[in-house]
Amino acid sequence: MQFWIIQGLNSLSLGGLLFLLSSGFSLIFGLMRLANLTHGAFFMLGTYLGATALRSYSGLNIWVTAIGAGIAVAAIGGLFERLVLTRLKTNPLGQVLVTLGMSFIISDACLMLWGGDSIPVPTPQNLQSPTRFFGFVFPTYRLVLVGCAIGAAIVLYYLLERTRLGAMIRAGVDDGQMARAVGIPVSNLFTLVFCLGVGIAGAGGVLGGPILSAYPGLDGDMLPLALIVVILGGIGSLLGAFIGSFIIGFIYTFGTALFPELAYIILFLPMIFVIAFRPQGLFGRVGA
Amino acid sequence: MKWIALPLVAALLILLPFLAGDFYINLASQILIAAIFALSLNLLVGYGGMTSLGHASYLGVAAYMSALLTSRYGLGHGSAAVISIAGTTAMAACFGVIALRATGLGFLMITLALSQVLWGLAYRMSDVTNGDNGVAGLTRPTPFGVSLDGAASFYWFALAVASFAFLMMTIFLSSSFGSSLKGVRDQPRRMAALGFNPWMIRWITFIYAGFWGGISGLLYVYYNKYIHPTSLSTTSSAEALLGVIAGGSRTLGGPVVGAALVLLLKNYASAYIERWNMLLGVIFLFIVLVMPTGIVPGLAWLVKRLRRGSR
Repeated sequence: MQFWIIQGLNSLSLGGLLFLLSSGFSLIFGLMRLANLTHGAFFMLGTYLGATALRSYSGLNIWVTAIGAGIAVAAIGGLFERLVLTRLKTNPLGQVLVTLGMSFIISDACLMLWGGDSIPVPTPQNLQSPTRFFGFVFPTYRLVLVGCAIGAAIVLYYLLERTRLGAMIRAGVDDGQMARAVGIPVSNLFTLVFCLGVGIAGAGGVLGGPILSAYPGLDGDMLPLALIVVILGGIGSLLGAFIGSFIIGFIYTFGTALFPELAYIILFLPMIFVIAFRPQGLFGRVGA
Repeated sequence: MKWIALPLVAALLILLPFLAGDFYINLASQILIAAIFALSLNLLVGYGGMTSLGHASYLGVAAYMSALLTSRYGLGHGSAAVISIAGTTAMAACFGVIALRATGLGFLMITLALSQVLWGLAYRMSDVTNGDNGVAGLTRPTPFGVSLDGAASFYWFALAVASFAFLMMTIFLSSSFGSSLKGVRDQPRRMAALGFNPWMIRWITFIYAGFWGGISGLLYVYYNKYIHPTSLSTTSSAEALLGVIAGGSRTLGGPVVGAALVLLLKNYASAYIERWNMLLGVIFLFIVLVMPTGIVPGLAWLVKRLRRGSR
């Protein structure tokens, strides 16, 4: 019983992390029609920044670190969007290729700066002691992480559905040209959404640090998970990213626990299933 | 002009082992292998309008199958080669069914996800693939009793296969099927209205590209006598894609030039600096921003302009 509960909680916390990663990817794709292959690298950059900050200043709060790393990653992403991506507006293939190039640059820079050994990220001290609940023991940090992802989902939902900015973003997603015609600054929205998306990924990287630790290749491990989540959930749909993240979180965690060698195959079965019967994804409105 | 240049290039390629040392012959063999791989990818990217970021799957799977069949199950090279190519082509057919549910960026993401899954399998399923250690101690085949262990003999073998591949892909593209493929790339709805089946045309091309990707994988594993999961990685797919785009995707010769450039760059750069991935990324940015149509169309345009200028 303990096994199932612990693995279930692990699934939930991985799902929460995946949501922090894939919600940004999905938002960016929905608005900009851009498959941002740098997303995994930005997540990894966040983890490394968090690892360095938390290890050098032991009193530092992980939440402050996550926000700081998120802002730093968002700033880098914003520069990249303004300097490179805007030049390629008419060339979607070119955009994907430069994001791929950028991901190579970032991951190699991380390897150069932080070396090839994995760097563990300390769990915050006040969350280290396990929580007891109905006679079962839970690692507190993972519980908090799930809450964090749900909180982020609520904030994002509120931002997109209930604010003026969100209305403008949705207008841009539905019909960019019309949105432009009625005076919405779509190109500024692009930059904003790109910063927001990669910023969440960067912050998610810090929060995922205590579970995953920072290591070279983290970007290559996370990017396919994000891709599978958005293909499964539907591109550009927040709800799809949310549900998809937890589905993949469960499948991946239980897959690795029960059939460690086949985890990767099990991972892509739901994706095939969805693509075969519902190519636009579970909650997507349009096909990619 | 064309009729003088062609035999000259052919003679130069055939006589290369007499003109250069072993190092350069081996480099040339590697370029030939990369060229077949890039050509097969270009069927999808340039002529089919399907940008795949998972083409390394076919190279890697064919290489792994041949490696495992010969080293672990004791099969001969001939039957191992047939089984690996058949297996790779069948896999391409399955992947095509999945990936071609989408077009454009969705296609790219699905091919990337599929190839990452294979890469993960090669790493984690260490009972079968030997994981991070790779499969070592392989041999080269001896077709018709000729040993390929020498640099020159392997080069001629690779040259023969590459020439055949180039010929076959040229025939494929200049056939009426090739024309319908270009039609589907540019105007899928009009082609459908004309009674063509765009999905089937794309699927057949996808399988054909997978087949030649598998052939390049066989040559790759024969050449290196070793296979490692990195051959299946995104970097490997991306290098080939960079070669195709740098050389010029909508041309026949472009990918060959591009693949040669990427390979030479990789060889020379890795002698001086460790940061090949970063360099690869920078070149990606440079090519896309500065030379989006590639080197070969760029040069052709330049030659045309010079000629017009001299007249």
